[in-house]
Amino acid sequence: MTEPALTVRFFARLREELGTDTLAVPPRPGLTTGDLLRQLAARGGAWRQLDSGRPVLVAVNRVMAKADTPVHAGDEVAFFPPVTGG
Amino acid sequence: MISVQAEDFDQAQEYRALRDSDTGTGAIVTFTGLVRDQGDRAGVTGLYLEHYPGMTEQVIQGLVAEAARRWNIQRARVIHRVGHLTLSDQIVFVGVCSAHREDAFAACAFLMDALKTSAPFWKKEITDQGEHWVEQKTSDIERAEAWAPVTPPAAPDPASGSGS
Repeated sequence: MTEPALTVRFFARLREELGTDTLAVPPRPGLTTGDLLRQLAARGGAWRQLDSGRPVLVAVNRVMAKADTPVHAGDEVAFFPPVTGG
Repeated sequence: MISVQAEDFDQAQEYRALRDSDTGTGAIVTFTGLVRDQGDRAGVTGLYLEHYPGMTEQVIQGLVAEAARRWNIQRARVIHRVGHLTLSDQIVFVGVCSAHREDAFAACAFLMDALKTSAPFWKKEITDQGEHWVEQKTSDIERAEAWAPVTPPAAPDPASGSGS
């Protein structure tokens, strides 16, 4: 039986500039949100902005997380720019 | 009660519902935010608002619970619109009931300041020159941080009813 993938979601400016709102990524043991961000940035092109020093916020299962937050099979990880509601 | 919706809202109706909810209410403070023609750039003609369904509501719920821990409030209502909005459209409504005005003023201001910097909404300004995503403002972060120290999200405490 294969493990469920990680669901990775992007919002707002990131969603537009990356040209995608959802990705399925295979999980691996010990993976953190920071690892995932660098792994995606390594795709090059627009993806490089994920690891360029420009602020990117992360949530795991709809709760704000940090770069060292571990992610597990089946989790929903979201990357997005600083929020601007109200 | 929290609503994230595309539809407009009726401020008078929301006020009436708050007013009718508790005869112990002595003060209602409401805030309504509107789309204006000046934002990050001049000549704004409208906004597009995006959110993270599920997380946005959960974050606002947490802010209302936080407000209920910090001040003596009886009820809070938060409405935030998403999608395409035009000039003078209503974006956000916060209404708070309390026995006394100090608590209602403080909780309403806190909810707006905290919502702006922690609820996952993103605003895109539409201008006659094109469109751009709005940048987070240092002044908004400073306003939200001025409410610190924030009590950590407490474990459920059966002794304290947190009316929302």
